[in-house]
Amino acid sequence: MAEAVTYLEAIRQGLSEEMERDERVFMLGEDIGVYGGAFKVTKGFLERFGKDRVIDTPIAESGIVGAAIGASLMGMRPVAEMQFIDFISCAFNMITNFAAKSRWRYGAGVPLVIRGPSGGGVRGGPFHSQNPEMYYVHTPGLKVVAPGTTRDAKGLIKAAIRDEDPVIYLEHKYLYRLPRIKEVLPEEDYLVPIGKAALKREGKDLSLITYGAMLLHCLDAAEALDKEGVSAEVLDLRTLLPLDADAIEATAKKTGKVLVVHEDTRTGGIAGEITALINERAFEYLDGPVLRVTSPDAPVPYSAPLEDYFLPNAAKVIEAARRLAAY
Amino acid sequence: MPKTARARKNRQERTSGHGRSLDRARLLDLYYYLMLNRLVEERLSALYRQGKIQGGLYSSKGQEGISVGSAYALAPQDVLAPMIRNLGSMLVRGVRPVELFLQYMQKEGSPCKGRDTSLHFGGIDRGFVPPISHLGTLIPVMAGVALAGRMQGKDLVALTYIGDGATSTGDFHEGLGIASVNRLPLVVLIENNRWAYSTPVAAQSCLVDLADKARAYGVPQGVADGNDVLAVYEATSRAVNLARAGKGPVLLECKTMRMRGHSEHDDAWYVPEEEHRFWEKRDPIQIYEKHLLKTSVATSSDLKKIEQRCLSEIEKDLSAAESAPFPRPESCVEDVYAPASDDSEDEPAQPRRLARRS
Repeated sequence: MAEAVTYLEAIRQGLSEEMERDERVFMLGEDIGVYGGAFKVTKGFLERFGKDRVIDTPIAESGIVGAAIGASLMGMRPVAEMQFIDFISCAFNMITNFAAKSRWRYGAGVPLVIRGPSGGGVRGGPFHSQNPEMYYVHTPGLKVVAPGTTRDAKGLIKAAIRDEDPVIYLEHKYLYRLPRIKEVLPEEDYLVPIGKAALKREGKDLSLITYGAMLLHCLDAAEALDKEGVSAEVLDLRTLLPLDADAIEATAKKTGKVLVVHEDTRTGGIAGEITALINERAFEYLDGPVLRVTSPDAPVPYSAPLEDYFLPNAAKVIEAARRLAAY
Repeated sequence: MPKTARARKNRQERTSGHGRSLDRARLLDLYYYLMLNRLVEERLSALYRQGKIQGGLYSSKGQEGISVGSAYALAPQDVLAPMIRNLGSMLVRGVRPVELFLQYMQKEGSPCKGRDTSLHFGGIDRGFVPPISHLGTLIPVMAGVALAGRMQGKDLVALTYIGDGATSTGDFHEGLGIASVNRLPLVVLIENNRWAYSTPVAAQSCLVDLADKARAYGVPQGVADGNDVLAVYEATSRAVNLARAGKGPVLLECKTMRMRGHSEHDDAWYVPEEEHRFWEKRDPIQIYEKHLLKTSVATSSDLKKIEQRCLSEIEKDLSAAESAPFPRPESCVEDVYAPASDDSEDEPAQPRRLARRS
């Protein structure tokens, strides 16, 4: 019987298996080789795969992504690490203009993966806690994934590496070593398909639609709501671009009440997009407004009481769900 | 080694070309590409004025020697990345005028299917990677091409161009940083045409030679007369040889002048008249013609024949492009992503080995 592993170990396994399987896969980033990565995701990779495939780079995020694009155009499968996903902003132009548009412009696909630790809850302050997904969700040509479970973390990193288009893989640092989400993973090679949401809990009264670390809070909230006689369904998006519109439509039609929960800030967050999608596809089925629980429109704060106030949690989800259930 | 000595060692001497390494056929080939470059652009300019071309049109008049001479110095396995004024480099790499006319006339059969403008097309399979409009980005991208080439054992050199203005970008710095510490076979050719849109080079940098930026990365540098196609060819050959020999990236500055506006709509009123007059006398095609005649490589009638050949190729290609259809409007939403495959959770994992070229 295999051992239960952490979310971080699942990512490491996925990366390592793909590097083992496919010689075209290589990694580049800051402190990923000798040091093994700021969070140790690539610990031991340098020894195992050599310095040609585990490349320590200067502090140059745009340069890192640019080099990954060039190598990808040459047929390689680069995986670029952002030490914290906050620093992906330095590579914004390379990602949104070079990588995202090449296939459409002149037929050259740019398969590559950009991964890094996202999200708050670890007192990282405004530059080590961000959720930058929507900058990229707004860019046709990219794919954006954000696993919330250990099993999905491994299956999605492997699918991202095998994908023919550029994929941004957001790994939530709060989940990295969280004991309660350790899982025994399948022994066989498996992928989690990009673009497919997963129903993580079935219910009939209302739907919680979420992703990333908020999945845990939604599952906790659903458990508590159940005791109050409210049956909540939990849909884990897993992929933010392309959105699984069919799964969103199906759960909205099934329960008629939808609460979207995300750690990202409110204005321009994906809840707005999901609400519009439900309006277009399931308006006649709704028994109440689509509500949202999100971080407020402010930078992520450092101090514990500030960050705890800022981030969504199960209590906030329960409160909003009660309001929704009352319609 | 003291810093100044190292800088001196890294600096290649200023060059003026002689073309001794090229036989007659290749010398005339260079002339053909220079002339084709000039005449295609003159025709594009006329089409713009007739309203048959809309949007940006960026002339390389006066800079043809840089595009043609540098691209001609590459081996078949090498990869180049042209900038917006390197139409000549693309011709050397095999692009035909018909593609350029289709592209600028926004036709369905254009390399970009009407989706993107100007010289924004290419492909690794054709040996060149196109730019985006955000300057400097090609330096890191071509560092990645060089890196992959080394991993694949392809013995290739990556060459790209950058204007004097874009040496001010962060990507120029980041790309050279990554290329230098990894000793990547990359040649960065600074095409110093003195003007970035309306901004003179003195407002970009306090350096006399932009090639001196190489000292910040500890890599070899060179300066060449960009209006002398043979000097460019020879300086690029040396830079390519250094890069291929594992000496890391090389920064080569070719000095020239932008003889027309930034784009076709711009009459460049801000360029002092005397500056323009000075460079008019240094037209790269006239300089090369004189050289070919003086060294008896060609007669006037040989050169006239080449010009006629270019003109008739242009006529034929233009008429094909003019009669080509426009793209289907709805095709603008196609090809954003790869076609959906049958990937599923139970897809068997196929081991992949690098296809190495011996």
